[in-house]
Amino acid sequence: MSTVRLDAKTPPGPLADAWDNHRFSLKLVNPANKRHFKIIVIGTGLAGASAAATLAELGYQVDAFTFHDTPRRAHSIAAQGGINAAKNYRNDGDSVDRLFYDTIKGGDFRSREANVYRLAQLSLNIIDQATAQGVPFAREYGGLLDNRSFGGAQVARTFYSRGQTGQQLLLGAYQALARQVGLGTVRLWVRTEFMDVVLKEGRAVGVVVRDLLTGEITSHSAHAVVLCTGGYSNVYYLSTNAMTCNATAVWRAHRRGAAFANPCFTQIHPTCIPAAEDFQSKLTLMSESLRNDGRVWVPASPDDDRPPRQIPESDRDYYLERTYPAFGNLVPRDVASRAAKRMVDAGHGVGERQNGVYLDFQDAIARLGREAIVARYDNLMEMYNRITDEDPYQDPMRIYPAPHYTMGGLWVDYNLMTTIPGLYALGEANFSDHGANRLGASALMQGLADGYFVLPYTIGDYVAEFLNEAPVPTSDEAFARTEAELRERISGLLSMNGSRTVDDFHRQLGRMVWDECGMSRSEEGLGRALAYLPDLYEEFRNDARVPGDGESLNQTLEKAARLEDFFELAMAMCVDARHREESCGGHFREEHQTPQGEAVRDDEQFTTVSAWFWTGDPTRPSLQEEPLAFENVQLTTRSYK
Amino acid sequence: MNITLRAWRQAGPSDEGGFETYQVSDVSSDMSFLEMLDVLNERLTVEGLEPIAFDSDCREGICGACGVMINGRAHGPQAATATCQLHMRSFRDGDTITVEPWRATAFQVIRDLVVDRSAFDRIIEAGGFITVATGSAPEANLTPVPKETAETAFDAAACIGCGACVAACPNSAAQLFTAAKASHLNLLPQGGAERYARTERMVDTMERFFGSCTNHGECEAACPKQISIDFIAMMNRDYVKAKLTNRGSA
Repeated sequence: MSTVRLDAKTPPGPLADAWDNHRFSLKLVNPANKRHFKIIVIGTGLAGASAAATLAELGYQVDAFTFHDTPRRAHSIAAQGGINAAKNYRNDGDSVDRLFYDTIKGGDFRSREANVYRLAQLSLNIIDQATAQGVPFAREYGGLLDNRSFGGAQVARTFYSRGQTGQQLLLGAYQALARQVGLGTVRLWVRTEFMDVVLKEGRAVGVVVRDLLTGEITSHSAHAVVLCTGGYSNVYYLSTNAMTCNATAVWRAHRRGAAFANPCFTQIHPTCIPAAEDFQSKLTLMSESLRNDGRVWVPASPDDDRPPRQIPESDRDYYLERTYPAFGNLVPRDVASRAAKRMVDAGHGVGERQNGVYLDFQDAIARLGREAIVARYDNLMEMYNRITDEDPYQDPMRIYPAPHYTMGGLWVDYNLMTTIPGLYALGEANFSDHGANRLGASALMQGLADGYFVLPYTIGDYVAEFLNEAPVPTSDEAFARTEAELRERISGLLSMNGSRTVDDFHRQLGRMVWDECGMSRSEEGLGRALAYLPDLYEEFRNDARVPGDGESLNQTLEKAARLEDFFELAMAMCVDARHREESCGGHFREEHQTPQGEAVRDDEQFTTVSAWFWTGDPTRPSLQEEPLAFENVQLTTRSYK
Repeated sequence: MNITLRAWRQAGPSDEGGFETYQVSDVSSDMSFLEMLDVLNERLTVEGLEPIAFDSDCREGICGACGVMINGRAHGPQAATATCQLHMRSFRDGDTITVEPWRATAFQVIRDLVVDRSAFDRIIEAGGFITVATGSAPEANLTPVPKETAETAFDAAACIGCGACVAACPNSAAQLFTAAKASHLNLLPQGGAERYARTERMVDTMERFFGSCTNHGECEAACPKQISIDFIAMMNRDYVKAKLTNRGSA
């Protein structure tokens, strides 16, 4: 068993004052002293770029690392729909309290009250900050900001930039970062991949990175290390994540002692283009905002194979509107995804492979005119048309759920510090705010809240105690040891010389995890996966092939190293899913459902965070549970009926 | 379908490089162009050869990582399309397809189809931002922005930084990339305070790396986001004004 005790550092006192009081209690670093502290930021997406820029503005020395050729490529860029904020510009009853409540409920009561409340409060500042940076949010004719509604909410609080909100917010953060790089306050390392965190006397004191162009392995030391490296949906091989999204940073940190929280909490997004063939390299998301105007249906009879426009109203089943009349097509993602799976499993699937449901804009076009739909969604319609060669203005879209986001991640306290002192995790890389299911338009919100407004305050409290202490020099034995381990690992990967490709193994891993730890999970299936995955991993090490060398750009080598971490993480997901004997949010255990197929939580036993510690055997991590206290909201069964 | 692929192979920046020819069979028309390369790369790997290196990430046309010359055209034959969004249905059975990296002095070839586009970052670092330290922003609705202005600014802001404009330009000029960011920020009231300083710094930095614009318009034709060369005119006007406004302030 691990000896680390989980202390969430949740501030005492009333929720609404918690963050203010906490900020007041944090140690400050005098502006003239900040330049004596060095901070390493890994990843330059929304969380990383916003954190690096803000820390540099405050006066810290920042080194920022990305494996991309420029920070602007980070996968935050692909977020389409929008970002929530409790501005209440629509006068429709929104408030910080309501955004807080919606997020807690949307997460199926598996997140921390204090963290989520702070997130709702900071949502206001994010919109102000982004607007001042020049993020071109959609506007009304009067010139003020426009809003739309999103799943899981009954108010319109989502700010958006056409279907490219993530792109514009990321570019805002990237530009703030670029300003600091130009000023010389941030040293930016591109095409440089984080490979391991270095610990000395239990604290994070630096990192070991690999230059992807030369293969050179180098050490960098700092007073603190901040991981902003995104989520791990690519464990499923096919997901909406970009090709290079990976779990290496969080997993390597985990192996060094950082607890991994709720790895089985993954989000399957309901509106993606169904998979076509085996060569498919990724799945494409169609923004959830489409559910504002699109109606989801399937043929009422499983045997109905008429083209969609020949199926009359009376032979269609608008199953979301039928089952969930209050929220209709705007139920949260987990609910919409499972409903689609139920319909397809029952034989109502549409399309050539019968693996989708319809999302139909015919009524919206009749009601609002084609122009209005073009204005709202044309880029999405066009994207759909390019991929499928079908016209969604004419025929309904075909959609199906796909892995999209991971709520699980490194365990962090209220200060966003992991269980390793000096090591922080921000954005999707941590577990903190979304519980068992994330609501739409809150990933951008969380990444930016963490990076712009939380870490810059909390990190001072930690580094303050090292005033007048230089970072541990990279000549220290701790760095040499970590580098040596990495060199050995890389030469091992290069010498496998087997018969199968890395992608081939990744596909096989992904299929297994999707089948047994995807949209629904069972004791039996998870046991099967846990018996099979170690063997598959072993086979990978014996039979994979990585051509080329370690001294120049070698994309297969990069993939192979990342896949090793996905193998071990997949086992942790299955262990966690097997342990959590309840259904909540994105985690659906077949043994725990109502006769209608709705999720059944077990609040007695599982109102907890499962924090897993590395033991050396990925199928046998050790568990510590953080109890979740709900003092401000009542635990209820989520109902969107 | 079956195709013949002529692909540029180059081991490193100092290697001379050259075309290699590959037969790719059983290509599905529903494959994306990059998925076709994936399939070929897996085959090369199994055959003990080195796969073709190329950059790609989001595969939905938004991150700007991918981008190659396909039959002499940046991002291939389909208008308003990044390479990752191009599907094999744009080609015919039996076609020979030539694929090579962006060619521009500022974009050194790293390996095969991968190039170094970091000069773009230097332009943004010089002035492609609004100076607003975290926490200092006023309430967002204090500054109304006319809807039309916001929409035009967005049209410019849609740039994905892929480099097709430079690759398509006979002079390897980066005017469209630079103008897209300058115009996005210059059009908005929030960006007004730094308008002339920004324009001058961005343009001067651009000229350190890239060729000059002679109004061919190839950049607009190649742009996967259809960014208009009107923004170049806007930037040029601002640059002239900047030279007058900033005169003596240096």
